[in-house]
Amino acid sequence: MEFLLAIMTGVLYAAGLYMMLRRSLVKLIIGLIIIGNGANLLIFLLGRITKGAPPIIPGDTKFFADIYADPVPQALILTAIVISFGLQSFAIILVKRAYQVVKTDDLDEMNTIEEEV
Amino acid sequence: MRTLILKTASDYLLPILLLFSIFILLRGHYLPGGGFVGGLMASIAFVLHAFANGLKDTKKLLKFHPGFLMPAGLLLSFLSGLLPVILQDAAFMTGLWLENPIPVIGSIGTALFFDVGVYIVVLGVTLTIIFTISESA
Amino acid sequence: MLLAILIGFFAAFSQLLFGKFMKGKLSILLGFVPLALFIFFAQYIPVIAAGEIVTAKHSWVPSFGVDLDLKLDGLALLFSLMITGIGTLVFVYTSAYLRNHPMLDRFYGYLFIFMASMLGLVLSDNFLAMFIFWELTSISSFFLIGFNNTNPDSRKSALTALSITGIGGLLFLAGGLLLGEVTGTYQISQMLSQNELLINHSLYILIVALIFGAAFTKSAQFPFHFWLPGAMKAPTPVSTYLHSATMVKAGIYLLFRLSPVLGNSDFWNNTLLIVGGITMLYAAFHTLFRTDLKGILAYSTIAALGILTFLIGLGTKESFIAAAVFILVHALYKATLFLMTGAIDLYTGTRDVTKLSGLHKVMLPIAIAGGLAAISNAGIPPSVGFLGKDLIYESTLHFRHNAVLLTTLAILTNILIGYAGYVAGIKPFIGRTPTGLENVTFPHPAIWIPPIILGVLGFIFGLFPSLIEASLIKPIVSTTGVSTSDIHLKLWHGFNTVLGLSAITIFSGIALYFIWKPNSSKHYFIQRFDILSPKFIIETLSNWFQSFSDLWTRIFQNGYLRNYITVIVVFLISLVAFTLLNNTTYQIDYSSFSKLTIYEVVSLCIMILAIGFAVFTKSRLAAVAATGVMGYSICLFFVFYSAPDLAMTQFAIDTLTVILFVLVLYKLPRYLNLSDYKTRIKDGIIAIAFGGLISILALEVLAQPQNNEISAYYAENAYVLAHGKNVVNVILVDFRGIDTMVEISVLAIAAIGVFGLLKLRLKSEERKQQ
Repeated sequence: MEFLLAIMTGVLYAAGLYMMLRRSLVKLIIGLIIIGNGANLLIFLLGRITKGAPPIIPGDTKFFADIYADPVPQALILTAIVISFGLQSFAIILVKRAYQVVKTDDLDEMNTIEEEV
Repeated sequence: MRTLILKTASDYLLPILLLFSIFILLRGHYLPGGGFVGGLMASIAFVLHAFANGLKDTKKLLKFHPGFLMPAGLLLSFLSGLLPVILQDAAFMTGLWLENPIPVIGSIGTALFFDVGVYIVVLGVTLTIIFTISESA
Repeated sequence: MLLAILIGFFAAFSQLLFGKFMKGKLSILLGFVPLALFIFFAQYIPVIAAGEIVTAKHSWVPSFGVDLDLKLDGLALLFSLMITGIGTLVFVYTSAYLRNHPMLDRFYGYLFIFMASMLGLVLSDNFLAMFIFWELTSISSFFLIGFNNTNPDSRKSALTALSITGIGGLLFLAGGLLLGEVTGTYQISQMLSQNELLINHSLYILIVALIFGAAFTKSAQFPFHFWLPGAMKAPTPVSTYLHSATMVKAGIYLLFRLSPVLGNSDFWNNTLLIVGGITMLYAAFHTLFRTDLKGILAYSTIAALGILTFLIGLGTKESFIAAAVFILVHALYKATLFLMTGAIDLYTGTRDVTKLSGLHKVMLPIAIAGGLAAISNAGIPPSVGFLGKDLIYESTLHFRHNAVLLTTLAILTNILIGYAGYVAGIKPFIGRTPTGLENVTFPHPAIWIPPIILGVLGFIFGLFPSLIEASLIKPIVSTTGVSTSDIHLKLWHGFNTVLGLSAITIFSGIALYFIWKPNSSKHYFIQRFDILSPKFIIETLSNWFQSFSDLWTRIFQNGYLRNYITVIVVFLISLVAFTLLNNTTYQIDYSSFSKLTIYEVVSLCIMILAIGFAVFTKSRLAAVAATGVMGYSICLFFVFYSAPDLAMTQFAIDTLTVILFVLVLYKLPRYLNLSDYKTRIKDGIIAIAFGGLISILALEVLAQPQNNEISAYYAENAYVLAHGKNVVNVILVDFRGIDTMVEISVLAIAAIGVFGLLKLRLKSEERKQQ
């Protein structure tokens, strides 16, 4: 399964990068989201995946008796997910504002309009 | 999306979802959950309400701009970190707990207040973003 | 002593606050600051004369060895007195020279910064602290040269000066660091004992070359001299203060200071002799072809600096005495000449020497000052200049080898310098007053008193050389490590060779003055050789450099986001791929991987489909929905692999993101296919290569053993220390609480950003529409 997940991460990165290389603004944002998800999955995978053993100390015990999933990457990803929401919403609004002002979706055209604005 | 069914349902869903989000928040220290998820749940509850009843009603319900939740939450988190500095002269963010655990919530400590602060900030941030966007869209 | 340096910076800062009040007639009062400092340093004269050295230690950045070790010895005292003394006069002079100038407060601010940093430069004993002050003088000089910032010529000259002296500053730093590495200390006084070690060290040549680079750029030695004539675009007080009396002597100061540390080698002495010799002759020769008073003075200043370098290069006791005296002599007469030029320029409106004559009728005190300075400059007794010139000849005549050649060089230079002095200091005042200049107003006292003081001082020191002998010259020479007991300065040595040479110099200078008249055709004549000058060469080089960076910027910084991404990613791919190809063995241990289950495979398939759809669909809504599906499938993986917290968060965020997108989607631009087929193929290949690389990297990392120390610590202590059982949550709110604190602050900032972007701009636009 790890093998397939590694491939999956690669697919996410490839798709994200391809979208980011487009000239369309909306595609840029979607690419950003996809690559963000890819990064999360990569961190998760590299922290080693474990089935059915969440990092929660069971019942009345004070320690883990059995194996458990690594909590550190999980904590990292959790914050990453929330932060990426902030980033995405900001990016979306930025695009919207930019579109309102320059009336174009084409990143190349935006370059030329910049000076006039 | 202002259907009658959703509208009626959202009147009941809002308190239930809010209650659920607080439950998620409080149990976070022992079981899956916590401030981030709790805050997101709560904001989904409000967003649902806004979809059903319109933004104006939701805002009326809130009585104040959700933006004010952000500084409030940050302040709460900060103070909970500052508390050990004042009380025990310990380092910033040292955890302090009451002796006896309370049922359902578990041990009450500074970490819990910190998590509540996170909850409030996340709620404030999400609602501010969504409300601002839907107002100007 | 530290306070003495800091006062200047405080004063500069106070100009910011109170400059408005000081702009008017009160500005003359600012002269009290350098005056007070002058008195402060003058107090030390008896102490230093007694052979003591005053030190003060303040640690600054001890971990880097940067300390404010201040040391006041003979050399530092002479410079401090010159900086504060001439500073006082220049401050007073400026109050009249730039009267009612709208930016007078700023000007004084720069002057204060310069004065303070120059004091710091000469007082610091630590090489790195000295470097900081060295750079500060360059920077304040930049602002002062470019003070008339509406004039493009001024700005260009300021930039030239800054780039030349700035390069010198870097060389200074490099040389200083090497010196520190070799000697193990940055304190100059501790390096003194390591002369032997340094000379025999393999880095010696490099260190000396770097230090030379610093000194030659700062002190305008050939071939870096050209910034100094350009710097004459600055207001005249600046030229007086920075570009003749103090700052340009910083390089000389450095050479003087380091002579006992790095000197005593053929490389050191010969380089200085050659560079100094070329500079003095080249610059002195150039004075013949100038018609602008300040231009003449600039080249004669360069020639004087060349003489100083030359003298230090001789490296004998006589030459050090001569250099010490000549530093003072030159500061006195050249400052006078500059102040005089400023006065002429201010009241007649021209500095063209061919148009000026007969001014003694309208500005007698200035004429007197100019005459005194010209006499001292030419070395006519009883001025101190005579003393200085005698000492120079004395040291060249007694040099070990090539004494005749060196003396001839010195005589030639001195003749030309003497000529320049007559042209600048005497010619404008004698003869018939041309029409138009008869009614020139009589100068303000603040304009004519400072040059008179300096001019008269030149004669007092000449008549009574004992005034400076014990108090200044002996302590200065002693800093070079030679014995000073038999130094005795006197004006009259009796009839000997030196006197004969002096006489030849003086009379040849006068003869040249009568034969050679400066005019503009001669000026144009020399301009034809500009193509061979170092200035032209370096400017051409810098133009090439600029075109190269233009080209570079146009290729790589072209403003297209996707080109940036492409460049970065392709570079990354090649770098990582190179390492992977060379250093890795592809062994994947499938047995350690967990087994496949049917629902995992299904969710993988859903995800692949969703990604494919998101990439290739033509509808925005479909793409957004597909990203949503992709997010939910990742959520499923979090569920499968024991990350319930992540699953919950991902689910909530995904929902919110889709809602967000849908809210603004119809305000967003339509999807367009802007790229052609070829570009898409190219981008596709890059993207697939990148994705493949990530996959391989991930597999490689998975094959490596994992270090679980941190996770184990958190897991073991979650309940014991933090009373929590959900380890992820405990990490977030307790172990790494401060990180979370910062994170929610970032979130709040993002929200404020969104709010600001939408609300505030709309409002201002609405206002415009109304």
